[in-house]
Amino acid sequence: MSSETGTTSPEAAAAPPPGTASPASSPSPGSRKKRVPRGHRRLLTRRDRLTLGLMAGVPTILHVALVWLTALASIALAFTTWDGIGFDSIKWVGLDNFKELFTTNPQFWPAVEHNVIWFVVLILIPTPFGLFLAVQLDKKIRFSRVYQTAFFLPVVVSMAVIGFVWQLVYNPDTGLINSLIGANKPGHYIDWIGDPNLNLWAILIAASWRHAGYMMILYLAGLKGVDPALREASSLDGANEWQTFKNVVFPTLRPTNTVVLVVTIIEALRAFDLVFVFNKGAQGTELLSILVTNNIIGESSRIGYGSAIAVVLLVISLAVIIPYLIATFRKERRA
Amino acid sequence: MHDLSPSGLVSASGLSRVAPSRRTLLRGMGGAAVLGAGIPLLSACGGSGTAADPKTVTLGSNASDAVPKKAFAEIYAAFKKQSGITVDVNTKDHNTFQEQINSYLQGTPDDVFNWFAGYRMQFFAAKGLATPIDDVWQKIGGNFPDAMKQLAKGEDGKYYFVPLYTYPWALFYRKSVFQQHGYTVPTTWDQLVALCKQMKKDGLVPIAFGDKDAWPALGTFDQINFRTNGYDFHVELMAGKAAWTDAKVRKTFDHWAEILPYHQDGAVGRTWQDAAQTLVSKKAGMYLLGTFVAQQFTNQADADDLDFFAFPEIDPAYGQDTVEAPTDGFMLSKAPKSKAAAVKLLEYLGTPEAEAIYLKADPSVVAASSKADTSSYTALQKKAYAMISGAKSLTQFMDRDSRPDFTSTVMQPALQKFVRDPKGIDSLLTSIERQKKTIFASG
Repeated sequence: MSSETGTTSPEAAAAPPPGTASPASSPSPGSRKKRVPRGHRRLLTRRDRLTLGLMAGVPTILHVALVWLTALASIALAFTTWDGIGFDSIKWVGLDNFKELFTTNPQFWPAVEHNVIWFVVLILIPTPFGLFLAVQLDKKIRFSRVYQTAFFLPVVVSMAVIGFVWQLVYNPDTGLINSLIGANKPGHYIDWIGDPNLNLWAILIAASWRHAGYMMILYLAGLKGVDPALREASSLDGANEWQTFKNVVFPTLRPTNTVVLVVTIIEALRAFDLVFVFNKGAQGTELLSILVTNNIIGESSRIGYGSAIAVVLLVISLAVIIPYLIATFRKERRA
Repeated sequence: MHDLSPSGLVSASGLSRVAPSRRTLLRGMGGAAVLGAGIPLLSACGGSGTAADPKTVTLGSNASDAVPKKAFAEIYAAFKKQSGITVDVNTKDHNTFQEQINSYLQGTPDDVFNWFAGYRMQFFAAKGLATPIDDVWQKIGGNFPDAMKQLAKGEDGKYYFVPLYTYPWALFYRKSVFQQHGYTVPTTWDQLVALCKQMKKDGLVPIAFGDKDAWPALGTFDQINFRTNGYDFHVELMAGKAAWTDAKVRKTFDHWAEILPYHQDGAVGRTWQDAAQTLVSKKAGMYLLGTFVAQQFTNQADADDLDFFAFPEIDPAYGQDTVEAPTDGFMLSKAPKSKAAAVKLLEYLGTPEAEAIYLKADPSVVAASSKADTSSYTALQKKAYAMISGAKSLTQFMDRDSRPDFTSTVMQPALQKFVRDPKGIDSLLTSIERQKKTIFASG
């Protein structure tokens, strides 16, 4: 590769300087200044156009090929069965994949339900908690930076690593919790990872632990943008701290709330890594993203069926995000 | 690489200035990106450097762990000494290798690659992604017992596979624990149940169990099923021909439900390694697993204390004649570049000498060949070898004997559900059968 990057393309080297460069399409002053002494001014204009074309064109081609075409291809594949070996083994089956998904797959509806629970929990527990932390840290209390770092630390760590760390806490035989409360003996045994009534909540605690820090940073940024004069005015009016927050500060956080809601919806829909590390989406922790992976990755995979699940996930995402964004932006434009 | 780049690119470099401008750099990168999108093209030209060399065989290896990797390297070194042919090994992480096997075999695979016997081998053979090696078997056939020969054949009756090593599944226990409590090895189902009861009374976990990775339960099902219904029915069931709603399958699950209370609590949250530790620490009485459980016995005194017995007889008509023995070996890819050398390598891999080299370095498995030198075997290896060579039929593991997409997306979650809630078995079997039909119908 290095030998290629050092060469010019045949076209550029062979083309003689054309004498008809219009001043309108001349390059930016910076680059012209640099090139003028070499006497290649007119050639460069054309080259610049080519360069710009490449700079915009290559990413566009890559984007269309790797994002749009693949997305459309996976939508098309959702109506087929394919084991991934040779294109001639793609068979059109119409809506069969979806029919099977909705009626016979015992993991599908639990997965949908868990994605919804994931969102509800994230928005109800760590999000307000993150706001609470942000408000406290915004008061410039002592060691504010230390707290800030401590709460933000989980956000820096990758989800997979968080999964490993929390597994050490939840491991039923040797984990922190069961060792402390003695719940690792036959008779009174708490299976945090295997019990379907517990494991989703156990994972959600880990997810919330991270999400609170994320929300805290977003709200902290929002709070920094609140005009101090507003607070001053409300305290002059005799409002107490809670009243100030409720009636003055929180309404000004509206744009932040939009971001927070969208981010949380996305987090809930793309939840994957934590669960995959934790127990690969076994009983009680199924998620749509995990079902997609389990069906597509691996030998003799069910690519058509997995694509059908991915399409369901896509539809849910669009159904949630699009109306919300339209409504929010319309409201904000009006306001 | 050069033959692929447009000729203009190369000739133009002579005319260009010495220092590349930002634009030419970009253009070069763009060209590279377009080339990069055609990954098969690139890998094709990577391999082409060695293609013409008849003295080199490329080999795709999933032996990424230190012990097998070193053991295989020693085999290839010995092969080179004997034949003058170099084996160019391309090692990938074990799990990654499995996940990518589809695209790997369709692209430009190495001449020879590591793989597993059973359905997984037959699947790729049937798809035309492997070359039949009947000529190799004419030379090495005498080295293997009949059960292994069967394992090496595809659905079309041709040979596609050279087995190297194998290991049995059995019930493992510690001799000292059995001695201390005066237990005897159970050979029938009733004796097993009675032993479980006694162990529980004595404060032991009768059967260690960890199914977090979802595959250990598949092994338990296999054992109980072929003891209850025999080898032929087991094979039919794995091939998708018999129904999961059959009364025979129900009987298997009834037997399992009978001993399930004696399994370790909370199995779905425990890895097999953690379960093995309860056997190491003498808290558990027995453990059903492959011989690789020995890897967890790091202390030599503990390892010497480890022993095993075949899963007890359930139906006297079938006795203990079936042994689950997953077998690993080699296959020849669809269009090997140096076929003659690859065939020589496969012939060598089928010899007792190659086996002996491997087993010296990795004593947790036994030879697939019946001619291999067993004099250096440990007591455990000798027993495992006797068990396999005495078996009337060998099965692979469920995910090697059946469609992997069926076992991983349907059976693994279903058996985890059963382990947790054995009462819901009827609806579970109906659900398995419905899902099985659509998967096996998809061809």
